[in-house]
Amino acid sequence: MMQIFQYLGASTRSRFAKLGRATFFLLHSLPGLVDVLRRPSLFIRQIYSVGVLSFLLITVSGLFVGMVLALQGYYTLSDFGAEASLGVMIAASLVRELGPVVAALLFAGRAGSALSAEIGLMKTTEQLSGMEMMAVDPIRRVIFPRFLAGIFSMPLLAALFSAVGIMGGHMVGVGMLGVDDGSFWSQMQAGIDFYDDVINGFIKSLVFGFVVTWIALFEGYDAIPTSEGVSRATTRTVVNSAFSVLALDFILTALMFGDI
Amino acid sequence: MSNTYTQDTLVGFFVACGIAALFYMSLQVSNLSSYLDTSNTYTITASFENSGGLKVKSKVSVAGVTVGRVSAIKLDKTRYESIVEMQIDKQFNTLPTDTTASIFTAGLLGEQYISLEPGGSDEYLQDGDAIDITQSAIVLEEVIGQFLFKKASE
Repeated sequence: MMQIFQYLGASTRSRFAKLGRATFFLLHSLPGLVDVLRRPSLFIRQIYSVGVLSFLLITVSGLFVGMVLALQGYYTLSDFGAEASLGVMIAASLVRELGPVVAALLFAGRAGSALSAEIGLMKTTEQLSGMEMMAVDPIRRVIFPRFLAGIFSMPLLAALFSAVGIMGGHMVGVGMLGVDDGSFWSQMQAGIDFYDDVINGFIKSLVFGFVVTWIALFEGYDAIPTSEGVSRATTRTVVNSAFSVLALDFILTALMFGDI
Repeated sequence: MSNTYTQDTLVGFFVACGIAALFYMSLQVSNLSSYLDTSNTYTITASFENSGGLKVKSKVSVAGVTVGRVSAIKLDKTRYESIVEMQIDKQFNTLPTDTTASIFTAGLLGEQYISLEPGGSDEYLQDGDAIDITQSAIVLEEVIGQFLFKKASE
């Protein structure tokens, strides 16, 4: 009986300790802004590995998600004779929810896991300690450019996801299912508000980019420096990012669209 | 060196695509573009006994063709009527002064819009003019109420 309490106490405490370490890690990396401003190439190289390499995955997934939405939406809406609302249905679900959320989940799987593994392996092979020996702060030099690149790339990827998804929905809805082209766009423009929907979706994707990159980098940095430790850190990154993104999505949606 | 150059180009391409997607969503998907062009429209008003479920940004049509949007709905405090202000596109500047404005519903569950039926006058509505002949929105509850009342009296 006593052991259960001991176990619960210890695991809760270690979780808080981890959150504390993650916060210090974040604050410690902030002065890296100076290094990035002095050498922008550090940042651009990271946008390449975080953003550009996710480009194809995000656009192709967005296209298919939009196409599926059009098919499913059409069969439900045509029961009510409301096929003309297909455009607004696709655009609202993509811009408000699916764009930021699915893009963040894919981003966690594609870029987050790669970041964790990279940082974890740098730690295992003592590259980070090597930098410290040369009086270069690895958190400023290695972590911060990656962090900034993640926050910068995520909104762009989410916007691409939504835009390509809407094009895919248009292709299936108007091209294959025969929804009227004019009412598809006009209902969409009447139903989607710039400030309420597009800007809020953008803010969501910024928040998700911040959280996913933070988790990925910290898990990598905090990994036990063995091959098993790195593999665990990579798994934890994907699992924790997915949880955080979905939970934060609920909170953000309640704040933005709910009447609280 | 050429490797870095290729990388820079790809990053530039990626950022350009992302920004293009944001622009696409602002202009093509959302209603931002309708906020922008208020310069080539003129305003006419009409007062209705009841404007029903009409909303700001509802469409204004002539013979089914959209010619403008509702820009404001206010209450006339002395006559308790609803004053609807609409922005009509300048290319449709030949609406006669005896035009009738009615509030219709698109389909059974659709949203309400204003339909303008041009009269036969030689003079045209100018910016700031008011339409005199109007027909209010049909409130479904009132129609059902009247129907039940008539049934009961039979």
